[in-house]
Amino acid sequence: MSTKTDKIDRLSELSAAKEDEHGVSLWTEALRRVRRTPSALVGVGILVIFVLVAIVGPWLVPYSPSELMGINEVRPGVIPGPSAEHWLGYDHNGRDQFSRLIVGARQTLLVGIVSTLIGLTLGALVGGIAGAAAGLGGRIGRAVDSVLMRIVDMLLALPSLLLAVSIAALLGASLTTVMIAVGVVSVPVFARLLRGAMVVQAGSDYVLASTSLGVKRTKIAVSHILPNSLAPVIVQATLTLATAIIEAAALSFLGLGNPDSATPEWGLMLADAQQYLDVRPGLAIFPALGIIITALGFTLLGEAMREALDPKLRK
Amino acid sequence: MPLLDVKDLSVTFSRRGQRTVRAVDGVSFAVEAGEVVGLVGESGCGKSVTSLALMGLLPKQKGVTIGGSAMFGDTDLLQTDERSMRDIRGRDVAMIFQDPLSSLNPVVPIGIQVTEVLTRHRGLTGEAARKEAVELLNRVGIPDPSRRLKEYPHQLSGGMRQRALIAMAVACAPKLLIADEPTTALDVTIQAQILELLRELVRESGTALIMITHDLGVVAGMCDKVNVLYAGRVIESARRKPLFADPRHPYTNGLLGSVPRLDSGKGERLHAIRGSVRDVLPWPDGCAFAPRCDQRVEACVGEPPALVEDIHRHAYRCVNPESRTAEVPS
Amino acid sequence: MTETLVEVDDLKVHFPIKRGVFLDRVVGHVKAVDGVDLRIAKGQTYGLVGESGCGKSTLGRALLQLTPPTGGRVNFDGTELTTLPAKQLRSMRRRMQMIFQDPMSSLDPRQNVESILTEGLQAHGLGGDRTERRKIIAKALDAVGLPQWALSRYPHEFSGGQRQRIGIARAVVLNPDLIVADEPVSALDVSIQAQVINLLEELQEELGLTYLVIAHDLAVVRHISDTVGVMYLGALVEEAPSDDIYRTPLHPYTRALMSAVPVPDPEVEDRRERILLAGDLPSPANPPSGCRFHTRCPWAQPTRCGTERPELRVVGTGAHRVACHFVEQIESGEIRPHTVKAEVIADGAGSKDAHGALETALETPGGPGI
Repeated sequence: MSTKTDKIDRLSELSAAKEDEHGVSLWTEALRRVRRTPSALVGVGILVIFVLVAIVGPWLVPYSPSELMGINEVRPGVIPGPSAEHWLGYDHNGRDQFSRLIVGARQTLLVGIVSTLIGLTLGALVGGIAGAAAGLGGRIGRAVDSVLMRIVDMLLALPSLLLAVSIAALLGASLTTVMIAVGVVSVPVFARLLRGAMVVQAGSDYVLASTSLGVKRTKIAVSHILPNSLAPVIVQATLTLATAIIEAAALSFLGLGNPDSATPEWGLMLADAQQYLDVRPGLAIFPALGIIITALGFTLLGEAMREALDPKLRK
Repeated sequence: MPLLDVKDLSVTFSRRGQRTVRAVDGVSFAVEAGEVVGLVGESGCGKSVTSLALMGLLPKQKGVTIGGSAMFGDTDLLQTDERSMRDIRGRDVAMIFQDPLSSLNPVVPIGIQVTEVLTRHRGLTGEAARKEAVELLNRVGIPDPSRRLKEYPHQLSGGMRQRALIAMAVACAPKLLIADEPTTALDVTIQAQILELLRELVRESGTALIMITHDLGVVAGMCDKVNVLYAGRVIESARRKPLFADPRHPYTNGLLGSVPRLDSGKGERLHAIRGSVRDVLPWPDGCAFAPRCDQRVEACVGEPPALVEDIHRHAYRCVNPESRTAEVPS
Repeated sequence: MTETLVEVDDLKVHFPIKRGVFLDRVVGHVKAVDGVDLRIAKGQTYGLVGESGCGKSTLGRALLQLTPPTGGRVNFDGTELTTLPAKQLRSMRRRMQMIFQDPMSSLDPRQNVESILTEGLQAHGLGGDRTERRKIIAKALDAVGLPQWALSRYPHEFSGGQRQRIGIARAVVLNPDLIVADEPVSALDVSIQAQVINLLEELQEELGLTYLVIAHDLAVVRHISDTVGVMYLGALVEEAPSDDIYRTPLHPYTRALMSAVPVPDPEVEDRRERILLAGDLPSPANPPSGCRFHTRCPWAQPTRCGTERPELRVVGTGAHRVACHFVEQIESGEIRPHTVKAEVIADGAGSKDAHGALETALETPGGPGI
């Protein structure tokens, strides 16, 4: 064969395949796309800092967050502001505000993660069962789905704050209450989302293809329908982390959180600061900023993931 | 002078971080008044991008570069600004798309969409516009037109929607109609109806038609001249009969051999073209079709083959063309 | 006469139309498939052709019991499928496979090719250990003309034609007897269509497969099939050996369909007689009475056509079956075609009172070459 025809063959091979390269799965592809989105990188940056602070913060802070070191300088109408030693000044009990802010990140992150996990686990469980039953289960399956989804609908119909307040009333005010309340509120969202995605996937051609291959229905549900329905749930979980932190702060603010203010938490700090807004607005501004920036980080990442995972946007 | 004279049209899309794509790479063809010209090719050959460029419908943004000229009378369609283009579109040049549902506004009744065109370009309003709209729908074969005017696109069948779209396109008796895969989304019997309607319109009103399609059968029954596109260039161009009777480019020949025909028996293997449209050589390096071509020779690589024209105005871009098989009917 | 592999008798698939906010109320039925009989001979190809909404895909799925039939029987190589318990049906599925229209949506985007091809083998406990399975898969890949490195790739990394090859490999890896191919080439480029059609034919010769090919493209069906069945609104209107149906189409609908298919040959196109059908396909939720084609039929008669549903009956020599009361008279020229007024078919509720002025029937041969 001549060199020129050789060249053509090489060129066409090049355009067709890179033999030694491994296949790229959709998850890898999505990750690649997230990495290429600037807003996602900003979100990730914020979250990395937040998580680092939450983990190592307590060892870095200059003072103990619970030590009432400046209690003598706090008088009605006077709370000492920032100084060289206390960067953000004291809080209303004379504790170092900067230390409290840093240490509070851990509690805040904990509230966000735990409550999202509660919502995700329960929601995915209910939604997964309902979705699998609706998608594959014939008449009985549809009945199971119907019952589960009506329960979820009832949960959804309750105002979330009312639900949280009732749970708090049942369990008493504590950080655990806040986490459970915020978690339970997000259960219907996850359940509906996963079920909806699964029902759509159950009607797709590749599920029909697997059925016609003779694959068992349970296997189809677990290995085809579920993995292909997870993308929106993962995105929602990221976004829920943001709202959970805000909601938890709101509940703490309403006095449903941990009554013991020795362990700082941003929502609680905000709640405490409200009485001193006219004296030292900084007490409220910094925890509020912390909450907003963290929530923004999760939201940016979540939105970027939504775009990366959306099959409609895929080329 | 031809009605439309497209010279060296090129469209490139470039995006940051990605390879520049030359979707259309120096396409030239002419359309005489009242003539039906076909642009044929498979996905990615640049036929639809060509039509969008002519209509000025390509997004005007960074990364989209349009070159060449398309003289329509005294105006160059490629150089016309958006405002004057809006006047030309619909009045002088109109377009019919593949998917009639997405090219009609779903929340506006058909009648209003048709009268809108009449108001915009012919200044008809009120009862006059309504009457003309009824007349138009009647002309494109929509039964009970005065009632259809009040209906929404989703209430019509696919075939009726395409008819409504054609009615809007011919509302101002344009000199040139561009139809981009007008029957691809339709059933065979409905396709036959629409093709017949287009034939009638061309015959009666003398409108010139550019027919963009992948279906060689549609071309065989409709077009006066045919341009076959591959990887953004015209690789063969001829009048209808010589092209089908005596295809010179191996790609055209391969396409004809790929199509199962009603009048061929079972068991005859189709003459498939190997590879896929992805296996292209970039034009500057030689003939884009070379990697899939059974007739390739050394001269196919190195530089792109030029478009040569024989005495019958049958042009092809190939250094080793198919030999002549039949006596060419003129 | 060769052995019969599939026998379908009076197969019906009716989908309920439900309305209501709290409790679903059945307000009617879409009769997607309404009484179809057909036989598919071993090692042969049966081509099912019809326009969208005629029920051809539903028929294919009901035959494989992927959509439960409302009535009728499907006998596959001596086994009655409609009454088969779920477990036996599942193991029977190894012998009857399916190829889909859209090669992208019929492949799980999160599975690589190896996993796609192994799934069926695992489901039926075939192929023993991993190395043996890999051997079987490698053979299947080879048979459909895909390279071995495809195994670790995902569907989105292939072109449309290659994806369809993966779908075909998934079906043949189980060594089935029957393959139902639902529009196997309609989503592909012209030059790729030919490759896939050739591949299907080669596989049939090599593996002795029986095909049911479902397509809207008459030329494709005619090219690949031994027997062709034409469907209109849920029922077969004509069935004949592929050559017969092309040479002497008898049913008015088949004639119209045949004349509507564009042929890539200007000589043929200029000479041919076109039968243009008036109007659109009626809704299968509200099909016309009597012969379902009588509303669009240029040969329709005032008697019988509108009231009595024609049975599929043998006409002429043995293998040609037609569902038309007046085949013989049409064939002999005793009944002449007439113009038909298009009936307006609304997409939603069926308004049947409106009659329009679309009048087209027979185009004179040799229309001017524009």
